[in-house]
Amino acid sequence: MAVLGIGFTVAIFVTMMALVQGLDSTFVDTGQKNQLVVIRQGSQNEVNSYFTRELFNTVKFLPGVAKGADGEPLVVGDNVVIINHERLTGQPSNVMVRGSALAGLPLRPEVKLVKGRWFNPGLREICVSRSLSLRFRNMGLEDTIHFARSNWKVVGIFEAGGTAYDSEVWADYGEICQDWDRPSYSSILLRTENEAAAEDIRKRIADDRRINLQAIPQKKYYADQTSTSGGIKALGYFIAVIMGIGASFAAMNMMYGAVMTRFKEVATLRAIGFRRRNILGSFVAESVMLGLAGGILGCLMALPLHGISSATANFQTFSEVLFNFRITPAILLRGLIYSAVVGLLGGYLPARRAARAKLIDIMR
Amino acid sequence: MSELRIEMKGLTKKFRRDSVEISVLRGINLQVFEGDFISLMGPSGSGKSTLLNIIAGIDRPSDGEIRVLDTDILSMSEDELATWRNRHVGFVFQHFNLIPVLTAFGNIELPLLLTPLSRKERREHVMKALELVGLTDRADHYPRQLSGGQEQRVSIARAIVTDPTFILADEPTGDLDADSAQEVMKVLAGLNGDEHFRKTIILVTHDPRAAAYASTRHYLDKGVLVQRDRVPMPS
Repeated sequence: MAVLGIGFTVAIFVTMMALVQGLDSTFVDTGQKNQLVVIRQGSQNEVNSYFTRELFNTVKFLPGVAKGADGEPLVVGDNVVIINHERLTGQPSNVMVRGSALAGLPLRPEVKLVKGRWFNPGLREICVSRSLSLRFRNMGLEDTIHFARSNWKVVGIFEAGGTAYDSEVWADYGEICQDWDRPSYSSILLRTENEAAAEDIRKRIADDRRINLQAIPQKKYYADQTSTSGGIKALGYFIAVIMGIGASFAAMNMMYGAVMTRFKEVATLRAIGFRRRNILGSFVAESVMLGLAGGILGCLMALPLHGISSATANFQTFSEVLFNFRITPAILLRGLIYSAVVGLLGGYLPARRAARAKLIDIMR
Repeated sequence: MSELRIEMKGLTKKFRRDSVEISVLRGINLQVFEGDFISLMGPSGSGKSTLLNIIAGIDRPSDGEIRVLDTDILSMSEDELATWRNRHVGFVFQHFNLIPVLTAFGNIELPLLLTPLSRKERREHVMKALELVGLTDRADHYPRQLSGGQEQRVSIARAIVTDPTFILADEPTGDLDADSAQEVMKVLAGLNGDEHFRKTIILVTHDPRAAAYASTRHYLDKGVLVQRDRVPMPS
């Protein structure tokens, strides 16, 4: 029973860590080296950032911006909006729509079209991530959904390798601006020639009070979004500690029982010549093994969750963010260490009791 | 002349039960020499097992002196006594006290795990001990697969495997039928009588048939050694 109790505790611990890992990976894996996200000064993210179209050209032609094969700067401006749409369950949720240009695709190599085609500029067409298409109504290929003032046709499904883009709908920048009547930008994504150029551009933008923008390394920008997982992480650890204490008591109860029924064996071993520390070590080792057995069971119980997708709210953009539970070898190792610690805590006091009991008292 | 193994002078042991003080041993004077086979007889509560436990360093007297192998064992710490017991004392318990999850081999090997012997050497010692008690074919049997007499013989093998200086047997035939009891006592007598071994044995028993194997019989009554019979060894 104690092994089962520890197993359930470890299963929950591993699940919570897998949730956090999945969430973190969604953001941390997003972004490329030597790319900067430019948003308004003082904004935390694209959703609450906006600036004029004139500034796009100012940034586009800054020295240090990398150029594509066609000699054009590798820069794309986006207009990001939030729509409210129904999930398959009927429950509404916020979804991020990115108005962008296909010229920006080289800047987002993690995004790959898997069905249909990319949207045509000038048309009310959208491309939806596969994850979203499986969770929301009317987001399958050839479906039509209504938002803002128009009907939008789903012409393509893409995958983004488990990154933040897997939680987005993409449309033509100009069409989004028109439908929302908002001819501005939320963000600019640009590639720099090298690290030194990235730092130079970042400083140049930060120091120019006229434009009132900030440039953040793209990887850092998305890594900073993981504040969503911060609360869940804290909750996960809190639950793990509380449940661990409970499991330790279960282990302790079992070990006290084991010690009581084995006092005769303890007396025999002590009479033969085994020292107190041998007895202590042996019972502690047994309890740790018990914990590890529970740990292995718990890891096996949690493993089927690996890869299962779920969603939570991004408290920075107020939109739904999709993620996959990720059970890594490091998480499994942490689960096993956790179970060994639970076993150790549960077994130490009973082991100490067995070791410190007076031999003559045990023999009587 | 045989070497003095154990010497007790004025040994006293008292217990306190609630507010009442009970004297279990009173002024015991006893000497045990190398090669002695001594039985301690007496009614329940006469202090026989208490005396045995004191000799083994498991219990401490309230007063008096005891020197074992010319060592004041009362000055030793618990850990020092544990090491000392491993080297010098072979204990045979009334209820065998075998570890149920270990085979006969595993049980007998236990005391050797505290020695620096290699695995091969330990195996040799265990098989030799099994041979002495006539159970080489039972090495891989678990206690539940052995009869009472066989279990006690395994217990004796465990007691002698480290070649201890003396053997302390506390009611070794208490849980056995007559035939098994005789089997066990013959083994103990053999360990004492054999010129090669000449083990010093102290036997605590109620059973006069078991006590008959000893060369010297002591009687304890209410904590006092009241009588001593010396039986001449057969020539």
